[in-house]
Amino acid sequence: MDLPKFSLDAEILSQEQMAENVYRMTVHCPQIAGVAQPGTFVQMRLLGGDVLLRRPLGIAEAEREKGTLSFLYRVLGKGTAAFSRLRPGAQVNLLGPLGHGFCMDLHRPLLVGGGMGLSPLLFYARCMEKRADVLMGGRHAGEMFWTELFKPYVSKSYLATDDGSLGSKGFAVSLLPKLLEKGEYDAVIACGPEIMMERAAEMAKAAGIPCQVSLEKRMACGLGACLSCSVDASDGTRKKVCKDGPVFWAEEVFP
Amino acid sequence: MNGGLLKTELAGISMNTPVLTASGTFGFGEEFAEFVDLSLLGGVMVKGTTRKPRRGNAGVRIAETPSGMLNCIGLENPGVDVFLQETLPRLMPYHMNVIVNISGTTVEEYGVLAEMLDVPGVAAIELNVSCPNVKDGGIVFGTDPKAAASVVKAAKKWTKKPVILKLSPNVTDIVLMAKAVEAAGADAISLINTLLGMEIDIHTWRPTLGNITGGLSGPCVKPVALRMVWQVAQNVKVPVIGMGGIASWQDAVEFFLAGASAVAVGTANFVNPHAAMDIIRGLEAYLQEKKLGSIRELVGKMDCG
Repeated sequence: MDLPKFSLDAEILSQEQMAENVYRMTVHCPQIAGVAQPGTFVQMRLLGGDVLLRRPLGIAEAEREKGTLSFLYRVLGKGTAAFSRLRPGAQVNLLGPLGHGFCMDLHRPLLVGGGMGLSPLLFYARCMEKRADVLMGGRHAGEMFWTELFKPYVSKSYLATDDGSLGSKGFAVSLLPKLLEKGEYDAVIACGPEIMMERAAEMAKAAGIPCQVSLEKRMACGLGACLSCSVDASDGTRKKVCKDGPVFWAEEVFP
Repeated sequence: MNGGLLKTELAGISMNTPVLTASGTFGFGEEFAEFVDLSLLGGVMVKGTTRKPRRGNAGVRIAETPSGMLNCIGLENPGVDVFLQETLPRLMPYHMNVIVNISGTTVEEYGVLAEMLDVPGVAAIELNVSCPNVKDGGIVFGTDPKAAASVVKAAKKWTKKPVILKLSPNVTDIVLMAKAVEAAGADAISLINTLLGMEIDIHTWRPTLGNITGGLSGPCVKPVALRMVWQVAQNVKVPVIGMGGIASWQDAVEFFLAGASAVAVGTANFVNPHAAMDIIRGLEAYLQEKKLGSIRELVGKMDCG
């Protein structure tokens, strides 16, 4: 089912730097916070300034009582750099919530996230109230602020870094077969680099459990109109990441 | 909305307002139904439709530029059969003017598409002879006056619907193109389509876009579009639908003054999903403030002294 969508100005309540080039922005937007589901996203627009198009940002936290939304994002280009310079009190415009989120009808999911892909999984973990475990991957210890963020909401955490400065050395997904061995989980929920999600999907399949993945593409409208974000689906049709996704069952989009 | 200040008629199409949405920027209209009263629009120029489904271009399809964007979608669409069987019936409840933008690979194919779309529920046909993003579709027809004229004749022969031709700005003499398609029987002219452009990633030395080049749109093209609308409008008798970088009612007023009988909103829909509604409200207030009885009193009224 499609969620109601809003296009609203929202005040920035806080903006903190989490790691080099990584920020957490919290905004007041009760309408979107009230209906957002884990895995959905917003299209954020800079008001004034020289950035034209909106930028898609996954929702990392939504607090219905306070009416707030948080976004954890990495500065990658002109748009995100401009976002990172905004201070509390400034306004942004949000279009959302957009897309379809993760399956909530699970008892014991294993979350697999790489880098900024952990952002929408945080919202999901929180809604699962300790029923989920998380397997986290990152570049180095300096970027693993995630462990503290996830701690209150998950049962167990596992982690790997590219340089071995925290947790296991190497790709997080390499730890997956062992974690799935015991048959404890009823699904894998993955978000991160596409190659990571493909491997997670293969391993989930081998373990006989379903897997959802969240795709990321450049997009302009976020409403399914511009077709910037179309991808080939396994059944030969085309899917719009913004509207049909960003969350898909792995077999819908991976061969 | 009061008094119908914005009501107009163009090429036999009755419009509640002279504000349309440009093809490729508004899907089939339904995607924006939560933000725009579609029946208030002069029309929705729906996503470019072809004889067969097209998957569009591979790789990166959009890039932001200073005050604009490049796109190389490549006419991804489900094809005319799906449009007629599935999309068009779904659009009926919105009571909007559905203007179907079509692209053919041959002159004959424009005729075939025009005939297939000569059905109830379609208000007009817009001929896309200027998509810069497909090798086999259009660009030849959009830059050669004789070829553009032959496309208009083919479409006119097979449909009773009004036929609008959308001109490419990527030509030396836009007036020559406009006169050729008017002589061939076009009922109206849309301009402009996107300007051909590109971007290179200086770290990888590779083109940003999957198709290397793409179409430039957004506020940065507005002065070019306005100039071309002005040049064309004073040289043809058929109405001109002005488009290119219109993001505000003030932009729209400039296009009417330059000679456009209607305007279309494009890239601005991506930035602000209710841009077209804001423009309609702004235009109405402007007409009231200027004590004008109709939008038609604004058309072509630029005063060069």
